[in-house]
Amino acid sequence: MIFYLIRRVLYAIPISLAVSLVCFMLVHIAPGDPINAIVPPDAPQAVVEQIKHEYGLDKPLPVQFGLWLYQVSQGDLGRSLATGRSVWSDLRPATANTLRLAVTASLIGFVLGLILGGLAGTFRGTWIDRIATTFAVAGVSIPHYWLGMVMVILFSVTLGALPAMGAGPGGATDWAWDWAHIQYLILPAVTLSVIPMGIITRTVRGVVGEIMNQDFVNTLRGKGMLPRNIFLHVVKNAAPNALSVMGLQLGYLMGGSILVETVFSWPGTGFLLNSAIFQRDIPLLQGTILVLALFFVALNLIVDLVQTALDPRIKRS
Amino acid sequence: MEPLVHVRDLKVRFVSRDSTVHAVNGVDFDLAPRETLCILGESGSGKSVTLRSLMRLNPPRLTKMTGTVRVGGHDLVTTSERSLADIRGSVVSMIFQEPMTALDPVFTIGMQIRETIRRHETISREDAERRALELLELVQIPSAKRRLAAYPHELSGGLRQRAMIAIALSCRPKLLLADEPTTALDATVQIQILLLLRKLQQDMGMGVIFVTHDLGVAAEIADRVAVMYAGRFIEEGPVSALMRDPLHPYAQGLLGATVHGGVRGKRLTTIPGAPPNLAQVPTGCAFAPRCAYVEPACLAAVPAARSPIPGRAARCIRVPDHAVSTAA
Amino acid sequence: MSGRTETLSAAQAELLIQAKGAKTRHPGYWTGVLRRLSRDKMTMVCLSILLLMLLAIVFASVVSPFDPYQTSMIRRLKPPGFAGHPLGTDELGRDMLSRLLYGGRLSWFLGITPVVISLVIGGVLGVIAGFLGGWVNMAIMRTTDVFYAFPSVLLAVAISGALGAGISNAILSMSLVFIPQIIRVAETVTTGVRNLDYVESARASGASSMTIVRVHVLPNVLGPIFVYATSLISVSMILAAGLSFLGLGTKPPQAEWGLMLNTLRTAIYSQPLLAMLPGVCIFMTSICFNIASDGLRSAMDVRS
Repeated sequence: MIFYLIRRVLYAIPISLAVSLVCFMLVHIAPGDPINAIVPPDAPQAVVEQIKHEYGLDKPLPVQFGLWLYQVSQGDLGRSLATGRSVWSDLRPATANTLRLAVTASLIGFVLGLILGGLAGTFRGTWIDRIATTFAVAGVSIPHYWLGMVMVILFSVTLGALPAMGAGPGGATDWAWDWAHIQYLILPAVTLSVIPMGIITRTVRGVVGEIMNQDFVNTLRGKGMLPRNIFLHVVKNAAPNALSVMGLQLGYLMGGSILVETVFSWPGTGFLLNSAIFQRDIPLLQGTILVLALFFVALNLIVDLVQTALDPRIKRS
Repeated sequence: MEPLVHVRDLKVRFVSRDSTVHAVNGVDFDLAPRETLCILGESGSGKSVTLRSLMRLNPPRLTKMTGTVRVGGHDLVTTSERSLADIRGSVVSMIFQEPMTALDPVFTIGMQIRETIRRHETISREDAERRALELLELVQIPSAKRRLAAYPHELSGGLRQRAMIAIALSCRPKLLLADEPTTALDATVQIQILLLLRKLQQDMGMGVIFVTHDLGVAAEIADRVAVMYAGRFIEEGPVSALMRDPLHPYAQGLLGATVHGGVRGKRLTTIPGAPPNLAQVPTGCAFAPRCAYVEPACLAAVPAARSPIPGRAARCIRVPDHAVSTAA
Repeated sequence: MSGRTETLSAAQAELLIQAKGAKTRHPGYWTGVLRRLSRDKMTMVCLSILLLMLLAIVFASVVSPFDPYQTSMIRRLKPPGFAGHPLGTDELGRDMLSRLLYGGRLSWFLGITPVVISLVIGGVLGVIAGFLGGWVNMAIMRTTDVFYAFPSVLLAVAISGALGAGISNAILSMSLVFIPQIIRVAETVTTGVRNLDYVESARASGASSMTIVRVHVLPNVLGPIFVYATSLISVSMILAAGLSFLGLGTKPPQAEWGLMLNTLRTAIYSQPLLAMLPGVCIFMTSICFNIASDGLRSAMDVRS
């Protein structure tokens, strides 16, 4: 197993490099000269040439990739075209905000999904199963950006109970876990949570249903074990799969919160991406996507390692 | 004295929205303490369902079970789920066919034995651990101490089945049910497991009901044999007599269709046709469509059990009825 | 919608089991599938709704009461029933029903096209990878891993965002999201079928690779791959409308549900119900495709 772990960790390196390459190429698939991604279009020709040289844009692509990678590894993600600030200075608070949103949404979704999926899997074919499955299908089929608008209409416009926009006092940078801030988090987090809710319900229902059908559950009943004893066995059997799906869900929410952040003007990475796209601020786009993708690669790695550690059946060598 | 197992007119149906399967259609038998009964039959004959009924282990939502089933003085048809759980594993326990899948893959062998003991007895963790070790030694698992910490997939099929037996015996049950426990194993391992089971049965004084489709296994372990067809015992008797001289045409066919010591040198025969579809129960003898000796009376009603000599019985109208049957 | 594909491993396993049941498929297999499908009430209801929607958007020019691009400054954001507008008017005074019908054309097109493209390209690459194995498999599957390293929404937004707004860019970016997913399924299923006994024996008896693929592999892998692709349509519809919602798909004044949802956001205070309508359309389509795909999967499952 130790060899598997080492190999799995080593495998993350080429994947990270390839992910970086895709992010690097984003500048080059953008229409027009890549230089337009760095200088404003109205800059004088001499400046353009000088910057081209400075950035190494007159060198062959592989060399440019190497240079860029070196800069990135030094923590330099370039400068935003729109603000002129370093990309990292905007990205850091945005990532923290997105993490807050994604973690909260995941927790809500996981709790609901585990309960609904566990019930549905245990009582397959009953009305409990049908209700849980309906929630799950709705959760994965609903356009959540639309659900966000519905939430705003219900809770902000009609009831006036919760704020619809932003992250509370202090904007993007001054977060605190008090009501003044948390009330801003509720609507976007609940909106975003329907996705993991649906997926975890489906997964857990499938896993639990499969486990309940296995022979060893019959053995347990035959030994006189009570439902609560059997529940423990089901949980331990289901945990590796359920945890890995939950881990990946957190990653998907980090990368997929852009729509919900746009609806609620939540100052996270999605909001940043949206403005980068709108203003064609390619360095900001590139930096944000790189950070999110590398986060996802790391999460994938952790999920795999945890799953291997949890499941005695896996003897990967 | 009340027999260990007392079964009268046991019927089991599996009811789903689309269909009903009449798996067991009226089974009667008794089992004395320390006795070993072997239920022989093809797959689908209802032998496993009958066995599972003895601890009400058929899927509860689909199963309709009627008749009388008493094990060690407990009425298994009407008792509550909770007291059923107290009986299972302590009074009656079961060994399953597939040692691969019958053990929980993510718990150690030791843990799976301990939890059984601690479910039925108030005992400290350390004492349970000690008992588990003794049990592994009892079922002759080599380096037992190390095996307590092993997961099922780390053991061979034979060792896994021994561990399964250890779990089943952990609370010294009065009745051990075995559902084809050697079918999934290699031939040499089969013999070892059978010898072990026979030894344990004698040492611990248990009643054993053994389900198999293998005549050799039955001859090896049974005191009495019951042959099952389409959800009924169609013949029952002491193992040697039944093997030597089967009464029912189906039993004759079954013995003829298998190579075993008693008929060595005889030509193999096969039974033409296939077992009946149990979605509807035939009105007459279920074997009639395949029987070489069929006559109109066979189709009129299910033949009653007839007993030509004490201790033997068969459900066939051609069998003379001389004594009062024990199985009727 | 992020990562609605994570059920992949479970779905893959299920599809693989189906493919392995392939041997038991007798000539009446497809009539059996149709019979089981027609008994599944929920699926039939969803298929009927989808068929109705399809007819309505195909014949939008006949069904629509108004020109979807006809603006009117004095008839902005009017409630349903106002002056002959059955569902009212949008923020530029255009007829809502007509725009929803015409918008459906583009939404369906944007939702389904990437799946079709991915089915063809991903299916071919996946079957090749699964059948040939070796370094070809290595090359294809490791490239797939790279795309898997991005959350799917992020990848679509990144590529669309870099390429700029537009229908073809949106389709391209979404295809790049779905191709790796289809490759994985196709590869898994093909590898499973390739290792079946009867394929081995065909190989041993000297059948050529082409014959084995045509006679043994394709008939058994196409079904599961197709079912998986249908399950992507629901995701694709939401993602496509989402890209337009962000301004990355279609451009105004074109009618498209996601874009309409975006432009109507200003109306959530004055005409909230009106602003919800395009989302209802996306939701309905997506959930119907989802249930229909589930129904198809269980109807094709030989075990049931």
